[in-house]
Amino acid sequence: MIEIKNISKAFNGKVVLENVSGIFKKGETSLVIGASGTGKSVLLKCMLDLVEPESGDVFFDGREFLHVSEKDRKDLRREMGVLFQGGALFDSKTVHQNIKFPLDMLTKMSEGEKNDRVEFCLHKVGLDGTGPRMPSEISGGMKKRVGIARAIVMNPKYLFCDEPNSGLDPLTSIKIDELIKEITDDFNITTVVITHDMNSVLSIGDNIMFLYKGKKIWEGDSTTIMTSSVKELDEFVFSNHALKKLRGEYSK
Amino acid sequence: MFDYLCVSSFIIEYMLKLLGRFFIFLNELFTRRESAKVYWYRFLDECLTIGIDSVLIIAIVALFIGAVTCVQIFANLVSPVIPLYIVGNIVRDMTLLELSSTFMCVVLAGKVGSNIAGELGTMRITEQIDALEVMGINSASYLVLPKLLAAVFTFPILAIFSGFLGIFGGYLAGTLTGILTPEQYIYGIRFSFIPYNLTIPIIKSAVFGFLIATISAYKGFHTRGGALEVGKASTAAVTNSCIAILIADYLLAELLT
Repeated sequence: MIEIKNISKAFNGKVVLENVSGIFKKGETSLVIGASGTGKSVLLKCMLDLVEPESGDVFFDGREFLHVSEKDRKDLRREMGVLFQGGALFDSKTVHQNIKFPLDMLTKMSEGEKNDRVEFCLHKVGLDGTGPRMPSEISGGMKKRVGIARAIVMNPKYLFCDEPNSGLDPLTSIKIDELIKEITDDFNITTVVITHDMNSVLSIGDNIMFLYKGKKIWEGDSTTIMTSSVKELDEFVFSNHALKKLRGEYSK
Repeated sequence: MFDYLCVSSFIIEYMLKLLGRFFIFLNELFTRRESAKVYWYRFLDECLTIGIDSVLIIAIVALFIGAVTCVQIFANLVSPVIPLYIVGNIVRDMTLLELSSTFMCVVLAGKVGSNIAGELGTMRITEQIDALEVMGINSASYLVLPKLLAAVFTFPILAIFSGFLGIFGGYLAGTLTGILTPEQYIYGIRFSFIPYNLTIPIIKSAVFGFLIATISAYKGFHTRGGALEVGKASTAAVTNSCIAILIADYLLAELLT
């Protein structure tokens, strides 16, 4: 379980996050949604300590993360896997080397064990046989899958995904969503997904947090989101034409 | 008067802040280090990128600068009482004291400095550095320290190579164009030779290597934005490195000679 308490962040005096709190439960896919510029990615970066928040705390299964020694933070980081928006694969390494990298740096496994683990992760994300290829030789969707494989290679307890569907076609987006859901269920981990994709919201959102202008103004799940009376959330959800039509059908 | 003081204090404050950030960055390189084995392989990789890949450009520049120096000195030696072997003598001293270290490092600031800043800047904007950080790896140390060590190690080797080729370039230009005979040139480069002068390009190039690697890495590592900012970081890395080289060159000239 991940708990965030009163996270606030401002850049050059402009408040981006204001006292955001919430709980992301183990075994669930928790979504942080909101329009562009509402502070979703900043919240994620604050949770990962890539951006230092002005105030607030983050707890991983009760263990404080932001205000601890460098060593304790490093130990906790080893329990996390992160999928970045663009995949963040190392350009100079092959797909296999990218996935193996955390094992090389952080474990004392033998070469054979590492290779087996990499092959397992590649199989898990449906990319068997792509190990020798360079990141520049694979598609955007494949990069995301490799990013997921690298994120799960250390067997993390916590998985973070920053806009996993951005720049992908609808079909690939659905596959990535299904993969994230499957990994969360199979490994029984705590997954936090930053997204503004309504397909993801409706298909994998066990728990959803809605941010508006840096504030959390709604929390629920993929069922209650459709019947919410919060005006800002309503505008966000039904900015999707398909859902707008669907709501028309419902009201008839 | 008041405005002058205000502007001065603002500039001083800005410079001190910048210097402070730069030293904090340098400190990060040596704290929370990874295992020596990791650095060894990365160091070898960087020696190839920074050192071996620069051999061709250094060879071309050194040969031609040596040749041009020889031709220019001969053209400006108007007095008939000055013996021709002095041409070789001046080519040697200019090459050893300035061209093989300072000039070579200005060229390397363009090649290596922009490469370092561009690589790190791109890694920053594509979140590759963030990816290292979330793995619990000190990204500054992992990425920059091997580059720094490789630059400090390979630049003196390149300076020796450049010095040799510079003098050889002067020999080719001098003898092939009939400015002076091979015997005169060789006599000139051996005439009143001070062995200590050989250490000067080695020390200078090591210092310049340190400056180029750290300044360029600092600029690249702190890039924010997109492709435009990566370009700006590369340009700033080269210009700042060149300025630092020239200031350090003057200080080293005072210290070493």
